Amino acid sequence: MTTPATPTSRAAALEFRGVTKRYGSGEESTGAVNDLSFTVPAGTICVLVGPSGCGKTTSLKMVNRLIEPTGGQILLDGSDVMSEDVTALRRRIGYVIQQVGLFPHLTIGRNVAVVPALMGWTRERQQARTDELLSLVGLEPGRYRNRYPSQLSGGERQRVGVARALAADPPLMLMDEPFAAVDPIVRQRLQDEFLRLQRALAKTILFVTHDVDEAIKMGDLIAVMEEGGRLAQFGPPEEILAHPASDFVARFVGQDRGLKRLSLSTIADLRTEPLGRREGLPTFSPDTTLRDALSILLVADTRGGVALDEAGQPRGLVTVDAIASALADDRPRRAARA
Amino acid sequence: MNGEPLVRWDWLWAHLGPIADRIGQHLYLTAIAVGVGFVISFALAAVSIRRRRLYPPVVVVATALYTIPSFALFAALVAITGLSILTAEIPLVLYTFILFVPNIVAGFDAVPWDVLDAADGMGFTAGQRWWRVELPLALPLVVASLRLATVSTIGLVTVSAILGDRFGGLGYYILDGYHRTFTTEILVGGLLSIGLAVLADLGFVLLQRVLTPWAAARAVSR
Ligand SMILES: Nc1ncnc2c1ncn2[C@@H]1O[C@H](COP(=O)(O)OP(=O)(O)OP(=O)(O)O)[C@@H](O)[C@H]1O
Ligand SMILES: [Mg+2]
Repeated sequence: MTTPATPTSRAAALEFRGVTKRYGSGEESTGAVNDLSFTVPAGTICVLVGPSGCGKTTSLKMVNRLIEPTGGQILLDGSDVMSEDVTALRRRIGYVIQQVGLFPHLTIGRNVAVVPALMGWTRERQQARTDELLSLVGLEPGRYRNRYPSQLSGGERQRVGVARALAADPPLMLMDEPFAAVDPIVRQRLQDEFLRLQRALAKTILFVTHDVDEAIKMGDLIAVMEEGGRLAQFGPPEEILAHPASDFVARFVGQDRGLKRLSLSTIADLRTEPLGRREGLPTFSPDTTLRDALSILLVADTRGGVALDEAGQPRGLVTVDAIASALADDRPRRAARA
Repeated sequence: MNGEPLVRWDWLWAHLGPIADRIGQHLYLTAIAVGVGFVISFALAAVSIRRRRLYPPVVVVATALYTIPSFALFAALVAITGLSILTAEIPLVLYTFILFVPNIVAGFDAVPWDVLDAADGMGFTAGQRWWRVELPLALPLVVASLRLATVSTIGLVTVSAILGDRFGGLGYYILDGYHRTFTTEILVGGLLSIGLAVLADLGFVLLQRVLTPWAAARAVSR
């Protein structure tokens, strides 16, 4: 999507202002996060990505004050998180972690309703909210409400983790490698479902991953971090892929960053050429990514393929050259997410 | 043995009242020892969890106490606390420490760190986290230790009979039967004591099921 989802009253802007964290003191103190500054507009997903140990988790946990910064400020809708009551602050920030951390002794229903219960909602309101959220994350409330976490698959648990974080309708969500513990197929489905959810919810989300592909797929904005907790580059995915700010970023996003950029655009974005004979040519639906289209064209070894429109009618010819020139285009549109 | 039958049923029927009283006394002595032992052990475990360095010495002392023969401990305490209930209860309480403390500590250690991280991140206060997360998750091992200590104490209470007939619970019959070479009494004391231990054991198994239904759910799903 080109334009960030419309911010709702339910989303908060997040700002890191010169945030620093050092563990230990004196000689042996090590910098985990170093002078980190960036702004996440309300309603957008910002992904923190970088190699292991570069300070992603530390940065995330400073937002809900599980870790206290050594210096700098973190502002939530303009006000310093350090100035707020820590319990109240945490209750209005959703928190999802890789290990999920569901309460094994509570049913799925009670797990989801944990924060509403802490906030003193009535039983009826908690129950209604639980059922609504379970449906939202694709778990039929009647089937799952009364089960215990041990009776769920890893992917189902992860969904419950997301539902639980959304329970009190927080304006900000912190997600630390939320989909890392499941296999690639489930991960992809969870990512897709989450993006679909986010289109409706338009939360502000700080999302941690060490996987560049996940960062590109999930992020409206990406903060690439490097060892020592420094910000290597901050910007939308297409900018980071097209113009890596340093050798480190270029290496980190990979040799195939060109292909990765292609996966951000779809056939619908592409200027097509007049269509001649179409017999024997592969066809592409509008939501096919340019990366997939290129792959298909190279394998099919034809002069091109047929781009279809929403109605399934031929729109024009897609060629390898046209796809290549889309890369030359400085900022391909991100239609994949529209 | 001069033609006596193994069990004199007439004696048994004639003493149902006193036997019931002895059972009551047995349970009373057990309950006090387990209750007091649990409270002290819980405090010791809490300190051990917070200050890990104290845990090894606590275990060493609790183990050392457990190695003292009960007979000797009861006898030695008479010199200090006389023939009071304290003399009966102090050894029983001391013996529970090694059964309680390591299990309680292990119970709290077994609470997964990611669950605690999630609880903190969602805004549980320290008290809420303890009551609603840590204690419930430690409960399986805590109840297991109560079960162990209760069964063990029910057996040990019989030894307190050496302090006189105001103590000992069913142990009174074992000692009295021994002195009078009266098998019926020994059997009544011994078998009923075993019966109490078995019932207590079953009771705690049921309590465990009621208090931690989620643990049973896990067992089934495995
Ligand atoms: N409690 C701590 N005490 C000392 N050093 C710590 C502590 N927690 C983290 N660190 C160090 O701070 C650095 C950043 O850690 P952090 O957990 O934020 O990394 P990360 O980017 O999340 O890594 P990963 O991708 O492996 O999860 C690491 O070098 C780590 O060793
Ligand atoms: Mg991490």
